[in-house]
Amino acid sequence: MARRWSGVPLWVYVPATLGALFVVLPLVAMATRVDWARFGALVTSPASLDALGLSLRTSLASTLLCLVLGVPMALVLARTAFPGQRVVRALVLLPLVLPPVVGGIALLYTFGRRGLLGHALEVLGLQVAFSTTAVVLAQTFVSLPFLVVSLEGTLRAVGQRYETVAATLGAGPTLVLRRVTLPLVLPGLLSGSVLAFARALGEFGATLTFAGSLQGVTRTLPLEIYLQRETDASTAVALSLLLVAVAVGVVGLAAGRTGRVL
Amino acid sequence: MRPRSRVAPALASTALLALVAACGATPGASGPTSSSAGTQTLTVFAAASLKQTFTTLGTTFEAAHPGTTVTFSFAGSSDLVTQLQQGAPADVFASADTKNMQKAVDDQLVAGSPVDFATNTLEIAVPPDNPAGVTSFADLTRPGVKVVLCAPQVPCGAAAQTIEKATNTTLEPVSEENAVTDVLGKVTSGEADAGLVYVTDVKGAGDQVKGIPFAESKQAVNTYPVAALSGSRQGELAGQFVRLVTGTEGQKVLADAGFGPA
Repeated sequence: MARRWSGVPLWVYVPATLGALFVVLPLVAMATRVDWARFGALVTSPASLDALGLSLRTSLASTLLCLVLGVPMALVLARTAFPGQRVVRALVLLPLVLPPVVGGIALLYTFGRRGLLGHALEVLGLQVAFSTTAVVLAQTFVSLPFLVVSLEGTLRAVGQRYETVAATLGAGPTLVLRRVTLPLVLPGLLSGSVLAFARALGEFGATLTFAGSLQGVTRTLPLEIYLQRETDASTAVALSLLLVAVAVGVVGLAAGRTGRVL
Repeated sequence: MRPRSRVAPALASTALLALVAACGATPGASGPTSSSAGTQTLTVFAAASLKQTFTTLGTTFEAAHPGTTVTFSFAGSSDLVTQLQQGAPADVFASADTKNMQKAVDDQLVAGSPVDFATNTLEIAVPPDNPAGVTSFADLTRPGVKVVLCAPQVPCGAAAQTIEKATNTTLEPVSEENAVTDVLGKVTSGEADAGLVYVTDVKGAGDQVKGIPFAESKQAVNTYPVAALSGSRQGELAGQFVRLVTGTEGQKVLADAGFGPA
């Protein structure tokens, strides 16, 4: 294959390589600290398996919740115009830049026992505090903007030509959404979901603040790693590597499906 | 595309700012330095539960040693030991338990031998209105009472476990937190009905929580050791700070905060 002219100045490769090393080297350093002889035993202890299972289940649940709420949000932001839209967009993207612990505190004052909605939830017989539901809420709160941003960008990029054509042929808005818009933005939807899932998988601060930490109920993999680090560094490192592997696996799977990395 | 292209750089610059701010706040980044102009900095690594008392003693020390600045890094004792083992520059280390101090001794990080300077016991903390009507340690085992403990991996959780064993009771916590401050947070926010924290934490929280002393707490007394570190370039000054803590003045400040004598 003939080499295509890249147009990138040679010196750019120096900071680019440094940047890549900066990201990859810590992961390599961590891998060198893993006690490989005991790796299998460490990551398959009941506490580890509980944490991994819980992380996968809650991340999946919060990704689904992100889709249910995020797809309509992205549609409204990308396709409509209303006063204050910019402010609304900035507000819904806020969790991207908010420290997760702040998100946790905010959720506590909303869904907590003495929170804004706490009393109403209690009347309905719903107890969010210290439950797996709280974990899913925390993860959804931090992941939702990833899906919305990703999908909104795709929606704008594909434009409305096909939608207009479908509408002039007599298709109603819901039919256009189902048969034209969503198939067109499927790659963006998939990469947005993967981003949201990965973010949910790594969620730590909001969960710790809002949901607590109990094996099998609220102690997800990142919380288990944080706890194990107190006494057992080798388990913490082994679990960290496991978390990296799961994240890489999910991103790789999505890249394979869409032919591009996010 | 227009609004989106505005959001992205804004987000990027915000993230960069946050990064810079975070870097600036790294505790002990400047390290213990004995500069030429007669000014010197003493860096003290102390357990999180010592924050109030040691901050007071730091001010006292600075007043007695003009030109000296005392900087603190307050964190969980095991976190601090890990940092010391990785070469964090510090002059004095005060641990909330003998186990973590022993780790520092084993790694030859300590100059001389550590001195025990205070003790701390557990107390039941409940929200001011005590919604579950907790009055004794036995009440914590009642079904429906939401109890939050420290995880057994951290000193306050180990103490709780010791008491459980000694009294032959089993607590079923709704959450096992990583730090005593997290337990206190769950109680002050009203999420939990009761938590086991240190006497000094209850005192430090003022009227945000109510403390309920219990006789069984005598089964687990935490001893706090302090030591000058071998890596210190100002051993003399470090020794003086240790003597302040163990001396009459230090002991009075500690006793006022609820610590017991060593």
